[in-house]
Amino acid sequence: MSKTEKEGVIDPAIKRKQKLEAKNIRVFYDDFEAIKGIDMTIKANKVTAFIGPSGCGKSTFLRLFNRMNDYVDGFRLEGEISIDGKNIYKKKVNVEQLRKQVGMVFQKPNPFPKSIFENVAYGLRIQGIKDKAFLQEKVVDSLKQVALWDEVKDDLNKNALTLSGGQQQRLCIARTLAVEPSIILMDEPTSALDPISTSKIEELIFELKNKYTIIIVTHNMQQAGRVSDYTAFFYLGELIEYDSTKKIFTNPAKKQTENYITGRFG
Amino acid sequence: MNNITKNRVKDNLFRFWGIACTLLGLVLLSIFIGSILIDGLQRIDWSFITSLPSRKAERAGIFTALMGSVWILVLTTIIALPVGIAAAIYLEEYAKKGRLSNLLEINISNLAGVPSIIYGLLGLEVFVRIMQMGASVLAGSFTLALLILPIVIVSTREAIKAVPKSLRDASFALGASKWQTISMQLLPASFGGILTGVILALSRAVGETAPLIVIGALAYVPFAPSSPMDEFSVMPIQIFNWISRPQQGFEVNAAAAIIILLLITFVMNGIAVYYRNRWQKKFK
Repeated sequence: MSKTEKEGVIDPAIKRKQKLEAKNIRVFYDDFEAIKGIDMTIKANKVTAFIGPSGCGKSTFLRLFNRMNDYVDGFRLEGEISIDGKNIYKKKVNVEQLRKQVGMVFQKPNPFPKSIFENVAYGLRIQGIKDKAFLQEKVVDSLKQVALWDEVKDDLNKNALTLSGGQQQRLCIARTLAVEPSIILMDEPTSALDPISTSKIEELIFELKNKYTIIIVTHNMQQAGRVSDYTAFFYLGELIEYDSTKKIFTNPAKKQTENYITGRFG
Repeated sequence: MNNITKNRVKDNLFRFWGIACTLLGLVLLSIFIGSILIDGLQRIDWSFITSLPSRKAERAGIFTALMGSVWILVLTTIIALPVGIAAAIYLEEYAKKGRLSNLLEINISNLAGVPSIIYGLLGLEVFVRIMQMGASVLAGSFTLALLILPIVIVSTREAIKAVPKSLRDASFALGASKWQTISMQLLPASFGGILTGVILALSRAVGETAPLIVIGALAYVPFAPSSPMDEFSVMPIQIFNWISRPQQGFEVNAAAAIIILLLITFVMNGIAVYYRNRWQKKFK
């Protein structure tokens, strides 16, 4: 099998710039309404930050885009989430395929208790790719993209759990990049990390936005200001304000937004 | 006496009471093991292990019973392991949480508490009579498999439950299917815990006597079983048989057989503890 054929395993459609749209979204956990009617369009190849106090629904909203809420007991969705005009909550949608297209990085670094190599190769292995040379190339490439290569190149067989927290998180990002998503969701990716590791991840986000559409949930105002192009402020399950980051941080239209970003509540 | 000294006295009193309670079981057990060792150790040699049963105590050996126990262990494992693990995976990962799964859960826990002789009666009716297996190794293995199934299911579920949710999330988020996540992440991660539960369950099975007597396992079998359909005896039944004989020589034989049976269970438990520790280290 030639290399181009192998790449064919990944849907070529994901290479295109893709627009994420949420139409009249309501989310319920049993009787609790976590999201109360949100309409939103997220721009391709930009970084969008979701900010807001804890429990405002921003993580729930983020997890809608790769259907990670599907496993939560009592979860129910009204409305439509579409990528490139296709509703991803339709019955026919292949959720596994969707998640290859929409990668996710979690709050706490969660590498598999396996070697560094196997962590990055996992997403490819589950697609049935066995070619060693191809896997090797993808792993090295992904580790280079997250600037982890120089730190781990001597021993890719080392258990990933022996890495530092910041390295683990970059490994998790590398693992996500290896399956070539077009959209990356980041759920407070630096909240468990020290300032130096945090700034490394932020630099990385800055570089990745040329190739990927990124949504990042953060509790850190400065971080939202530094890394994002657009910022959305959520409060009690509603989208209060959504605009360019510059506008939100310098001249917010709503009083609530201003109070939050200036630290008067939340 | 002021309050502080009073508290200290109480503290010390409880400490000694605690030590006494802890030692009670251990002391009794060591007295028992000590007397067994004194009685039986001199009798243990290679010929005791490799000899067939005999009417003469000094020529009798445990070979048939030991082989019977090994057969039972192996077959019980083959039957109980896939069924138990599959049931646990279903209950933990696939079953919708609700009334039905609660009911199943409570009943499986209840089954673990059913007296073993009841399983023997069940085995006698279902395997020996209805399925016409006779008093064979196979019937015994099925009976013991049923007996340990609840333990296997409960401990497997605990082991799967202990796998951090973040591992599941990571696997799903990379596009893994449910089965891929189970087979490539959950099972390897919970392997140590599953193994521990299975070995503990089996070490219980190897000591079971009542259900096997009920299904018709024999105290005297001239030859070791050579197929699953053969008649069999097991170590505990052999011990029981020897102890109930009047001659002094058989008592020594029983003590020697007890040493070997204990050795088997200790080794099995040791392996279980070893794997549990290794597994805990990997995830902490």
